Amino acid sequence: MQQDLQQVKKIIIRNKLWQAIFAVVGLLSVLVGIITLITLVLDLFIDGLPRLSWQFLTSFPSRKPEEAGILAAWVGTVLVMIVTAIAAIPVGIASGIYLEEYAGKNWLTGLIEINVTNLAGVPSIIYGLLALGLFVYQLNLGESVLTAGLTLALLVLPIVIVTTREALRAVPNSIREAAYAMGASKWQAIWDHVLPYSIGSILTGVIIGLSRAVGETAPLITIGALTFIAFLPDPPIKAEFPYISFSWLQAPFTVMPIQMFNWVSRPEPDFQFNAAAAGVVLICMTLGMNALAIYLRYRIRKQIKW
Amino acid sequence: MLGNKVSLKLDRLKTNMMSRKAIASLLVAGATIGLSVPAVRSQNPTTIRVDGSSTVFPITEAVAEDFQKQNGGRTRVTVGISGTGGGFKKFCRGETEISNASRPIKAEEMEACKSAGVQYIEMPVAYDALTVVVNPRNNWVNSMTVAELKKIWEPAAQGKIANWSQVRQGFPNSPMKLYGPGADSGTFEYFTEAVVGDAKSSRTDFTASEDDNVLVQGVSRDRGALGYFGYAYYEANKNRLKAVAIDNGNGKAVLPSREAVENGTYQPLSRPLFIYVNAKAASRDDVKQFINYYISNAPKLVSEVGYVALPARAYTLASSHFQQNKVGTVFGGKEAVGLRIEELLQREASL
Repeated sequence: MQQDLQQVKKIIIRNKLWQAIFAVVGLLSVLVGIITLITLVLDLFIDGLPRLSWQFLTSFPSRKPEEAGILAAWVGTVLVMIVTAIAAIPVGIASGIYLEEYAGKNWLTGLIEINVTNLAGVPSIIYGLLALGLFVYQLNLGESVLTAGLTLALLVLPIVIVTTREALRAVPNSIREAAYAMGASKWQAIWDHVLPYSIGSILTGVIIGLSRAVGETAPLITIGALTFIAFLPDPPIKAEFPYISFSWLQAPFTVMPIQMFNWVSRPEPDFQFNAAAAGVVLICMTLGMNALAIYLRYRIRKQIKW
Repeated sequence: MLGNKVSLKLDRLKTNMMSRKAIASLLVAGATIGLSVPAVRSQNPTTIRVDGSSTVFPITEAVAEDFQKQNGGRTRVTVGISGTGGGFKKFCRGETEISNASRPIKAEEMEACKSAGVQYIEMPVAYDALTVVVNPRNNWVNSMTVAELKKIWEPAAQGKIANWSQVRQGFPNSPMKLYGPGADSGTFEYFTEAVVGDAKSSRTDFTASEDDNVLVQGVSRDRGALGYFGYAYYEANKNRLKAVAIDNGNGKAVLPSREAVENGTYQPLSRPLFIYVNAKAASRDDVKQFINYYISNAPKLVSEVGYVALPARAYTLASSHFQQNKVGTVFGGKEAVGLRIEELLQREASL
């Protein structure tokens, strides 16, 4: 009896030891990631912050490091992101809803599902090549903001679809059943109940997809993003009729990562600081988008009353 | 009670209608975008599109920057980096007006341009000196012959030549670490052609990077290192690197410098850089203005970004070729290895 108790205690101690070991290993693994990230970001900020100024944000690229800025790059990035969002969000969410709520379980749906999941893992350069053939040459959209936005939209589409489906799946079936019981049609149940409840998670997925797209370079270089461009696309609002102009969609462009890469590979050491400063801006963009995602999710979750 | 219900239902219907309206207006907006895009395209102000070599990029960028400032934004110039080969591909499809090239146009590219009906004016704009560098703490190398460089870099050296003592008798027994540009770069192509004798034939067991700053860092940290890249990177990092004088087999070793390039003694690692102008676009006023600006400001801007300017006569010659719309290349699709500025001028004059 006494012996048994001893043995049980031993086992407990051993298990606790393992537990402690795993906790330490887990903590270390977390720290590896976090410390690397912090070091990188700190290094970037130390190099880049002194260079960051209003002039830096409002100047075009230049051969002189102290005069160079990222105006064309950040405007390009923002415009491309707008096109990406407009193209990817409706299509992605609609596909997600269809696959999750409407599609029957047959081989076709299975095939689509496998394809969507696989697409999420396709290297981005492949999307670039696809876009070069399809958008630039077939549809003749040129090397423009529109092409770039659509290319990145293809890139984030699988992410949006997958997160939409996850979000819809998280809504309890009882909500749908309750809606049907009240005489709602399928679309009414989805539009009035399921979507509002899942929109927080969907938005998070969308924004995380977009923050991935912000840093993409390879597919944009393939479709002909420029390196030196010292003018902005035409503004979307005009003084004369019809007041709205879409010519910015056709404008040539560059984006932040391409500008950064160009500066990093310059011989003059001062350009390295410019690159770091551009990196700081890019990180702030990404962090800003992630913060927005977190805030929206928080706001919308608070309104859910079940 | 009943009335309440009905009005609720009506409300519901209204919101439904509203969301339907929203969708409809979205569709209309989408259609407008789709329809207005082609219309807008034709109204676009003319833009001069330049693409091609990353080596020539800083020169064209500098010219484009100043040109646009002076021009007050009437003409737009964009410059991309697709590499010399990628640039010619776009150029021969008529997608660019000007192509930056760190080597003369190749035979197959001439063919592509010809079949697409694209004629071009070839204009040399600068000279670059490929610089062979070692670590500053390397006290045994001051100069090397082309033969020695070949011994190090030829494909047969792969895995065999890994120690300085194998290169020349008297060199210490110290491991050698090699740094060079990636296989896609024109620098790599020119160096292999000039040193090994065959473009792109090189050993492959060296640290390769498309980013020359990586090579600068590598060589500056490793006592046994040897690497090569464009002169601009050496000039900007002189305190961290030691340039090797090159002996072209005549017993006279020459250090890379602007003077040595100009007087033609730094051989065979001096190479001309070009721009190619689409002959059809050359009749456009904005392109004419840009090229004139390019040629008249090249001497100043070329040296500012770290390359060697051509003698004044070369620019006059290039300019007169442009004015007279003289199309074609003087290189017949071959690499211009070991070409002195004088010879380049003679060739250009013969066009």
